[in-house]
Amino acid sequence: MKLKEVKEILKAEVMVGEEKLNEDVFTACGADLMSDVLASKDEKAVLLTGLTNVQVIRTAEVVGDIKCIVFVRGKTPGEEIVQLAKKAGLVIMKTKYPLYIACGLLYSNGLTCRSGEGNGTL
Amino acid sequence: MGLLAEVVKEMVLYSLDFNVKARDFDSAGEVSSNLRTVLKQLSLNPDVVRRSCIACYEAEMNIIIHSYGGHIKIEIFEDKIRITAEDTGPGIEDIELAMKEGYSTAPEEIREMGFGAGMGLPNMKSNSDFMEIKSSSEGTTVLMEILFK
Ligand SMILES: Nc1ncnc2c1ncn2[C@@H]1O[C@H](COP(=O)(O)OP(=O)(O)O)[C@@H](O)[C@H]1O
Ligand SMILES: [Mg+2]
Repeated sequence: MKLKEVKEILKAEVMVGEEKLNEDVFTACGADLMSDVLASKDEKAVLLTGLTNVQVIRTAEVVGDIKCIVFVRGKTPGEEIVQLAKKAGLVIMKTKYPLYIACGLLYSNGLTCRSGEGNGTL
Repeated sequence: MGLLAEVVKEMVLYSLDFNVKARDFDSAGEVSSNLRTVLKQLSLNPDVVRRSCIACYEAEMNIIIHSYGGHIKIEIFEDKIRITAEDTGPGIEDIELAMKEGYSTAPEEIREMGFGAGMGLPNMKSNSDFMEIKSSSEGTTVLMEILFK
């Protein structure tokens, strides 16, 4: 799925990285616990979260495979976070959908993680 | 292995040291971010970079959350990276218990920041090839090594 489809499906507003919307993503993860994101071995190109602190950006930098962060439930990250995300080369979006719905929408539109090895399997 | 090879193996090729302040959540993650930049410049294997940065980030968070402050020393050897996180603080009373997934003494405000899930130490362990914790009522030292393989 292209990031611009992510944007359309979630009726999201792009805050950083408009020029990267043609990039493809195959995996995603929804979490409010950054420790869980750090502990997960699965690839995740999109991170959907309700947290809007700098730790989210740091976590994305640290795990390395995250290309895009979607802030859910209409939460707006502060300017400091936007700047940090720019520096890290991330795409930042925000959507009004809550976490569960946002994840469900992406999943049912085909972002099922199935192409990534180990992803989504028990 | 010959003596020379043995000596070379123990040589620190590159080292860095970062101060980490207690409760300084705004800077949390800067050490691992710097580490990532350095390791990438050294063209290390992406898996080594990733594991080192994750382990370092959790160690950094633990100093910020649970101690009175400390520092993180990064040493790069011929065949491995060593991360030593040293702090002064209350220490870990029961290390075995602290290593259990889900065990945490972090207060609610930490949880609201996405940490304090009790996954840090177990995740540091699973990302490193060797980990050793020394702790007393004066402070804690966590040593981790990641092999280049
Ligand atoms: N540097 C430290 N100093 C004192 N206690 C620590 C330190 N690191 C970890 N601990 C203790 O071990 C517990 C588990 O640590 P960890 O697995 O990282 O989980 P968390 O940080 O989410 O609580 C902490 O809640 C704390 O009680
Ligand atoms: Mg921790």
